[in-house]
Amino acid sequence: MSEDETIIIKGGRVVDPAQDLDMTADVVLVDGVVKGIYGRRRARESGTIIDATGLVVSPGFIDLHCHLREPGFEYKETIASGTLAAARGGFTAVCAMPNTDPVMDSRAIVDFVLERARSEGFVRVMAIGAVTRGSLGKQLSEMGELAQAGVVAFSDDGHPVSGDNMMRQALSYSTSLGLPIINHCEALDLSAGGDMNEGWVSNRLGLKGIPNSAEEAMVARDILLAETTGGRLHIAHASTAGTVAMVRRAKERGLRVTCEATPHHLTLGHEAVLGDRGDGGQFSPLTLAAYETNAKVAPPLRSLEDVDALVQGLADGTVDFIATDHAPHATTEKVSTFSEAANGISALETALGSLMTLVHEGKLPLPVLIERLTAAPANFLGVGLGTLKTGAPADVTIFDPDAEWVVDSTEFVSKGKNTPLDGAKLKGRVVATIVGGAVRYEYDKANARD
Amino acid sequence: MTQARPVDEDSDLAQASSPTLSRRHHILDLDDFTRDEITEVLDNTAAMAGVLKRDIRKVPALRGKTVITLFHEASTRTRVSFEQAGKVLSADVINVTGSGTSVEKGESLYNTALTLQAMNADIIVVRHPDAGAPHFLARHLNSSVINAGDGTHAHPTQALLDLYTLRSRLGRLEGLKVAIVGDILHSRVARSNLWGLTAVGAEVVLCGPPTLMPIDLVNGERTAEGHPFAAIRTETSVERAIEGADAVMVLRIQSERQRGGFMPSLREYSRMYGINAKRMELAKPEALVMHPGPMNEGVEIDSEVAHGARSVIEEQVANGVAVRMALMFGIITPAPVSARSRN
Repeated sequence: MSEDETIIIKGGRVVDPAQDLDMTADVVLVDGVVKGIYGRRRARESGTIIDATGLVVSPGFIDLHCHLREPGFEYKETIASGTLAAARGGFTAVCAMPNTDPVMDSRAIVDFVLERARSEGFVRVMAIGAVTRGSLGKQLSEMGELAQAGVVAFSDDGHPVSGDNMMRQALSYSTSLGLPIINHCEALDLSAGGDMNEGWVSNRLGLKGIPNSAEEAMVARDILLAETTGGRLHIAHASTAGTVAMVRRAKERGLRVTCEATPHHLTLGHEAVLGDRGDGGQFSPLTLAAYETNAKVAPPLRSLEDVDALVQGLADGTVDFIATDHAPHATTEKVSTFSEAANGISALETALGSLMTLVHEGKLPLPVLIERLTAAPANFLGVGLGTLKTGAPADVTIFDPDAEWVVDSTEFVSKGKNTPLDGAKLKGRVVATIVGGAVRYEYDKANARD
Repeated sequence: MTQARPVDEDSDLAQASSPTLSRRHHILDLDDFTRDEITEVLDNTAAMAGVLKRDIRKVPALRGKTVITLFHEASTRTRVSFEQAGKVLSADVINVTGSGTSVEKGESLYNTALTLQAMNADIIVVRHPDAGAPHFLARHLNSSVINAGDGTHAHPTQALLDLYTLRSRLGRLEGLKVAIVGDILHSRVARSNLWGLTAVGAEVVLCGPPTLMPIDLVNGERTAEGHPFAAIRTETSVERAIEGADAVMVLRIQSERQRGGFMPSLREYSRMYGINAKRMELAKPEALVMHPGPMNEGVEIDSEVAHGARSVIEEQVANGVAVRMALMFGIITPAPVSARSRN
């Protein structure tokens, strides 16, 4: 299918929060852009028909935080495999974090990534430049040149910007470019040696814990610095109730502070490290599934109180949007003891299914979930994506909100099979992903195992 | 020359029946040991202690079986104890340590373990600085895995030898008041003893500076109904902890705790928490002093107490061999067909 064809998505529940729209309608895509949404008056165009009866038709999901690993770590993921995983997960645009090798702190690397994405990518790719050279925290990267190369934000993700003054300068300098600083908030002195959330599970397993205060101390500092500088601060992967509370207060005071949460921090607690997704509970003996390295992630999965606070924050808008923090790793980096294992979850392909749990449990209305995956991140980026308005790029995600499926990591198209959800039953499955009018992923019902 | 007697004719081993333990494939912690199973292990330990008292300390129970000890952390007493236990039972015992092996060349634990399994190890005894390393091996290997200490998680054979020492000296376990004093946060010995002592109905008091206490034991997370440790008392005053105790388990204080900011100095630790003769006066007159070793005399325990009349520290070491014999014998002895497949 080429981009100059007409696609008519018929009879789906069209949800486009950017125009406050939720209705059964046909969506017509022509020449790579949205031609219109037709409700009572059905579309008359001829072209490829996609029957979306019983399905949800949404603007394409946007992921502001993923690790495509190329260049440098192609054994974990490539731009090709990572963007295919994005398409399978319903994402039509992703932002690549700069912790590649070399670090994306110069125009040459940004150019390479964007060019590789154009030639091999399955979805749109935007680049995030490093805050500091080599993400080492010693010297600001050439942010102006990076901005000219097209980066949409700056981050040293994987590492915090630890230096107080360095963070202040970054927030200040970037105001001239109008781009946000995304900080991975982790006070390293408090998290040192920690493997998971500090609490009863870490004590049960004899693992060193990371207290909530390791994140919150830096969030508090960053909010103060955002106030001092007038800079745009974005908190990556918020994980604690305290972070949500501080961001809420900062917003009430009119500061330019935003935050994101990942599907895993919104749906899983630290019990996941016990294995069997924690079903055994606090009082049961450990099973051989304990020390589940696929549940090891930074920041760590927190207590259920923190999970609830994040969901509440997502519902009321304190948590601005969802980002996957897709962090693929080679199998050998997870087949190890818990302390040796790499941090990270391969999240793109399970994101929707996980997040739909919140909808099915009545914690989040479907249009709000879609807003946090589409209009909200598009708004943050200031790009004309995340909507099905007439004339917008034809980026569309079609999903079945009620389809049940069992996660099987061997079916992942991502090279990273590292998911704590292997074997979990999820409800909500992507049926088709359309990028710029081209179908980049289509669920193959005939060959599906579930 | 005295011949080793066959197992079924051996008076000591004939008493060592392991209906529960023999259903078990691994020994990873005591969290899934019931009181009955602990009693079974301790009874069998007594039988093994009988073997150790003979002139010819050799029985053919594990003849033709291979035990590999895989120690990725320095240890003398535990490794030698397992080695001796295996040898008395006639197993072929092979010792592998972290240095001078492919571990130094960066071979992963996974690959090392596969290699050992390929050598037909029936039992792999593992000590590792990472918590959960034995669970990791047990998940991936067919051999039986015995945890000889994993990070700050568990040390089940130490806890069982502590229980055996308590029972053989005091005649019972239920209702005993045991104070565990020291670095609870980093202590695998304390964690496994918590499970063991709780299972047999002893009363446990944990004592140490607040910086060395697991946060969930002091912040109320364990007050949930049905929590196995709901009845455990925590104390920051060593005097209150020891008062009326039947036994005091003293934990090793590592000097790096000082650099980690857990305590101002070893000197202050010794003054605030060190076990000395004066403090022992608060315990019951017949109270035992225990220590898993190695000791820092003059820090967590005074030499006078460590080598005094109430000290059973050397006895703990001797009992370790018998306990490990009972465990290896138990898990290798075939279970009744109807009672297999657990863990």
